[in-house]
Amino acid sequence: MSAGEKFVQLVICVAVFFGVVALILLVTSRLRSRSGERIQFAAFVLPAVLLIAVGLLYPAISTIITSFKDNTQTEFVGLDNYHTVFTDSQQLKVLRNTALWVALVPTLSTFIGLVYAVLVDRARMEKFAKALVFLPMAISLVGASIIWKFVYAYKDNENDQIGLANQVLKSLGFDTYNFLLNEPWNNLFLIVIMIWVQAGFAMTLLSASIKAIPEDIVEAARLDGVSGLKMFRYITVPSIRPSLIVVLTTISITTLKAFDIVRTATGGNFDTSVLAYEFYVQSFRSNNAGLGAALAVLIFVLVLPIVVYNVRQLRKLGA
Amino acid sequence: MTIADPDVSVEQALAAQTSAASNAKKALSSPWASLAAVVIAVLWTLPTAGLLISSFRSEDDVKTSGWWTGLTGPFTTENYRAVLKGTDVDLATYFINTIVITIPSVLIPISLAVLAAYAFAWIKFPGRDLLFVAVFALQIVPIQVTMIPLLKLYVQPPFNLAPLAGGDAPGGGFYTIWLSHSIFALPLAIYLLHNFMSQIPGELIESARVDGAGHVQIFSRIMLPLMAPAIAAFGIFQFLWVWNDLLVALVFGGGSLDVSPLTVRLAELSGTRGQDWHLLSAGAFVSLVVPLIVFLALQRYFVRGLLAGSVKG
Repeated sequence: MSAGEKFVQLVICVAVFFGVVALILLVTSRLRSRSGERIQFAAFVLPAVLLIAVGLLYPAISTIITSFKDNTQTEFVGLDNYHTVFTDSQQLKVLRNTALWVALVPTLSTFIGLVYAVLVDRARMEKFAKALVFLPMAISLVGASIIWKFVYAYKDNENDQIGLANQVLKSLGFDTYNFLLNEPWNNLFLIVIMIWVQAGFAMTLLSASIKAIPEDIVEAARLDGVSGLKMFRYITVPSIRPSLIVVLTTISITTLKAFDIVRTATGGNFDTSVLAYEFYVQSFRSNNAGLGAALAVLIFVLVLPIVVYNVRQLRKLGA
Repeated sequence: MTIADPDVSVEQALAAQTSAASNAKKALSSPWASLAAVVIAVLWTLPTAGLLISSFRSEDDVKTSGWWTGLTGPFTTENYRAVLKGTDVDLATYFINTIVITIPSVLIPISLAVLAAYAFAWIKFPGRDLLFVAVFALQIVPIQVTMIPLLKLYVQPPFNLAPLAGGDAPGGGFYTIWLSHSIFALPLAIYLLHNFMSQIPGELIESARVDGAGHVQIFSRIMLPLMAPAIAAFGIFQFLWVWNDLLVALVFGGGSLDVSPLTVRLAELSGTRGQDWHLLSAGAFVSLVVPLIVFLALQRYFVRGLLAGSVKG
């Protein structure tokens, strides 16, 4: 298709959906009675509910069933796929890496985000300082991976370096190092990318809740002689505890589902695969439908308690 | 008790050292604190700056010397010409695809969600709250779980409906991506807009009803204008999400060049031409520039959205 045709399709698509909404509004605009109100409700929610039912509810149930079938989807094999996930040596490495990601990314990005938010709070050029750390959030994970692959770029020790990280090593007198190749440390260097992206999110939310700490509490603590680090430990952190939990859980969920970094930076090679990437490989490359579904369900099961907890914290925050 | 609590003694010592009013401020502006802040800021900026500078250096320079040696030039825009117009990379086409994917994927969920959110907030219906909780709860389903069955629905729809996938499909295969992004966005969109809407005072709606306005009039004349900031907050969030997405485009675009966005092309380049940093750096910035501009211009709304819980579950 030419660019022009694509834009025509775009306009048609938007027109169709806006047309549906306009039609619903037009048809139900004369209804006033109580039964009319019910028809209105049905008409207002129907398009959205229908899409959600067909696009989320049905597929989720279908995938759960698939995860109990073999890879060609012919017969039920019980928990065999899950057994593979927890015993196959390749899959165990995937689980190990995922555990590493989920342990390190939320804690470190939240820690860095919190420290930075406190440090720049009410400082000169606060907005600018925050924007610097915040900007990676606008970048795609693919873009972030390319940015960091360039930082990690490797050349032999005797050559001029083009990667910043190896230049630093060389100037300090060390040998250059192939950051993305050497298992198991390469996982840590991929995790750095995710921390780099997520710290801005942590900083923004935490900064907002630091600013929301009532001035009189801070003032009272100050009069009692509470100082810098103590203030941080006994006033700031307890006051923003709900936000801290929301940030930690949200980043955990994002981390569990992120596959872009692994795919772009290493392609899952050199023992760097994680659950979300392994799901993609098994489902769309290796055509192991059953195993792929089991991996997807595992992500679901891991995310579920975190989301429920997160939502309850969010409700508390909102209230 | 003979053992002194170390915490208390430290606290007393600190209290004795510093005056009450200035201590917190002091700690924040101490040289070490400033140094830590600067270190973080530099670490967060330098990788991007390095790539940006490299994108303006010649192929030869980029491949043989570090970007820190080329801060003063010579600079060239040749890399950008090569990635946008060169036939082997041709990012211009993918740039258009990204735009074509993003606009409906933002507008469709907003239009459907505003309507549904209004009904959930202000129209009485038996079982309404239960349905709302169900919609909201589906937010927890990771998109990975839905992908394969959804893809099957697009390729072989029931009831002899026309398939939505493939180049011959209506919309040239874009509908699979548009619909998927919309579906995945709906639970969050409805939840957020509902939250904003239910904060609007009920008396406003009541008095409009007394004056004889129906739900449609209230929705279009009162609600929509009041909802503009909330819609903007969700809109920018969804925009960034779709623009930067790789997974949905990869799976539902089926690898077809006609419908693949920039992210898919860039990821592929990073794999097949991983050493061509002059192209990768320029390509990365072609994909970054629009979200960065949108983000910087509408940051206020984005932060508001984040604070209201716009986090994809």
